[in-house]
Amino acid sequence: MKKTLFASASALVLGTAASAQVVGFSQIGSESGWRAAETTVTNQQAEERGIDLQFSDAQQKQENQIAAVRSFIAQGVDAILLAPVVATGWDAVLEEAKEAEIPVVLLDRMVDSDPSLYLTAVGSDLVHEGEVAGQFLVDQVGDEPCRVVELQGTTGSSPAIDRATGFRNAIEGHDNIEIVQSQTGDFTRAQGKTVMEAFLQAENGGADICALYAHNDDMAVGAIQAIKEAGLKPGEDVTIVSIDGVPDLFQAMAAGEANATVELTPNMAGPAFDALQAYWDNGTEPPKFIQTESRLYTQSDDPQGEYDRRKDLGY
Amino acid sequence: MNGFGLLRRVAPQLLTLAAVLVLVTLFFPSFPSVSFGGDRLVGSPIDVLKRGAPVALLAIGMTLVIATRGIDLSVGAIMAICGAVAAFAVTGGWGLGVAVALALATGLICGLWNGFLVAVLGIQPIVATLILMVAGRGIAQLVTEGKILTFSDAGFAYLGSGAFLGLPVPAWAWILAGILTGLVVRRTALGLLIESVGVNLRASRLAGVNSTVLLLTVYMISGLCAAVAGLIVAGDIKGADANNAGLWLELDAILAVAIGGTSLLGGRFSILASLIGAMIIQSINTGILLAGFPPEFNLVIKAILVLLILTLQSPRLGAVAAGLLSRRRRADEAGAAPRSVQEAGQ
Repeated sequence: MKKTLFASASALVLGTAASAQVVGFSQIGSESGWRAAETTVTNQQAEERGIDLQFSDAQQKQENQIAAVRSFIAQGVDAILLAPVVATGWDAVLEEAKEAEIPVVLLDRMVDSDPSLYLTAVGSDLVHEGEVAGQFLVDQVGDEPCRVVELQGTTGSSPAIDRATGFRNAIEGHDNIEIVQSQTGDFTRAQGKTVMEAFLQAENGGADICALYAHNDDMAVGAIQAIKEAGLKPGEDVTIVSIDGVPDLFQAMAAGEANATVELTPNMAGPAFDALQAYWDNGTEPPKFIQTESRLYTQSDDPQGEYDRRKDLGY
Repeated sequence: MNGFGLLRRVAPQLLTLAAVLVLVTLFFPSFPSVSFGGDRLVGSPIDVLKRGAPVALLAIGMTLVIATRGIDLSVGAIMAICGAVAAFAVTGGWGLGVAVALALATGLICGLWNGFLVAVLGIQPIVATLILMVAGRGIAQLVTEGKILTFSDAGFAYLGSGAFLGLPVPAWAWILAGILTGLVVRRTALGLLIESVGVNLRASRLAGVNSTVLLLTVYMISGLCAAVAGLIVAGDIKGADANNAGLWLELDAILAVAIGGTSLLGGRFSILASLIGAMIIQSINTGILLAGFPPEFNLVIKAILVLLILTLQSPRLGAVAAGLLSRRRRADEAGAAPRSVQEAGQ
């Protein structure tokens, strides 16, 4: 906090900003490593821009988030960032913000309210993530036949459904690529490893498996261990592609044990602040949905360097 | 219990296990094949022995707790805490010995806490252990600071994924723990005392049994078993996952005890039967993964099989079967009626 104040003070002296903007940020809580990283990156982005960020942790409760947004409105902040814990029940408080003429930007998750109640939403497209992962495999294998095993996310969750759909979209029309096994690994390392062991048993000790597609990196990290214990070389004998971009997977890529990951960037705040700055400067209305880049990282993208950059973000 | 008596006690569980294994083999024909690969045996039966280790270990402690008419809902959370503590110690450079000792001590302390609430304060076991079940995962997250604490210590990883004399280390862990606990409770009076506390706490107290110490002991054994299970799952993935380690495993452990035929109302127990129960559950889990059904069916298939097993083992059905048998043999058999009543009342 002190640092941000200093940063904004120096920004004032240099005359690069008219005045230090105050932005309230209502975060869901610390439900996962990714969210911790999102909080860290949001703080960094605010500091770089000389924005005074007021942080509120809702501990996974909507009532805490509504209370936080109301207190931001009472303080008269210049904008509110909201990472909504659930999609419903936001109409009243968003209307209050609108009446107070405070722009609200949604981060990462959407709400069911009318789009006129918020300035914009920043997020990733889960289907697109699956498509990027699938396209990598299509480019990687060319015309060779490839039997793919799939570790799905928690059954019925929207990332699991959308990432499965995206991958299938990408491999459609490439009849040499076939998904031969598909099971849920519940997004966890332990279950990813357990299910991969069963896949290896079911596919001739792993000899028939050409590639693994995991809906998140944690399951891939578990599966890599299972593949190693089965006496195969992950990354060589089995091509491994997953989604999220967590530090441990970059480490695996640096060791040549994984081939690619599609990053779900924790930097949702950067595009949000950019949109807000344009709005403050000359009232530019951003589009209602700003899609973050789902960037593909492979072994040739300096995985060790990417690991070093991410390891302290709180993943 | 002599050898024949023991076999008779676990016969229903062995038959169930055999039936499940046959069923899995029908769907996945190469299930029973085991080969020797590198330093260990590989194959689905070995995977069952290895993957079933956490639930089997928990079931050992859970059997003793349930025999005293208690229940321990906190074992999954204790696994998470102990795994986190060990990972924290090993990443802090304190060495594997210290890490394991700290984890086991943590398990004992957690068990002592549960035992204190139950034996000294007299809180009902389901409520007393619910406290640590809910709070424990939070404690584990504090230790890991909310992230998956990864380590590269080869010794620690060996506990979860190594092999000794061809068998995975986790399989050795539950087999040895089962034999050890079985010998301790059956070669001494401990097992009998545990059963007496479970059957009638007041009567055994009046008869001079130190029930407080006994209850503290069984909850501590349960905590210790959970600690070993926690070490295994952390070693297996080379990391402590506070959110997911041991999640819902307390329920599988209770199920293993129930399939093993030990009554949740306390009294007579069999550790061997609970261990077979754990293997039945794991065979179902592994079988589902191998059979290649869509993941939406996993829990439905498991539920149907468990329902089937418990229905076949139910006292009423057993009584009916026994009644039919005895009627066919001797219409005037007097022993059948009291036996059915006794079993139905369990």
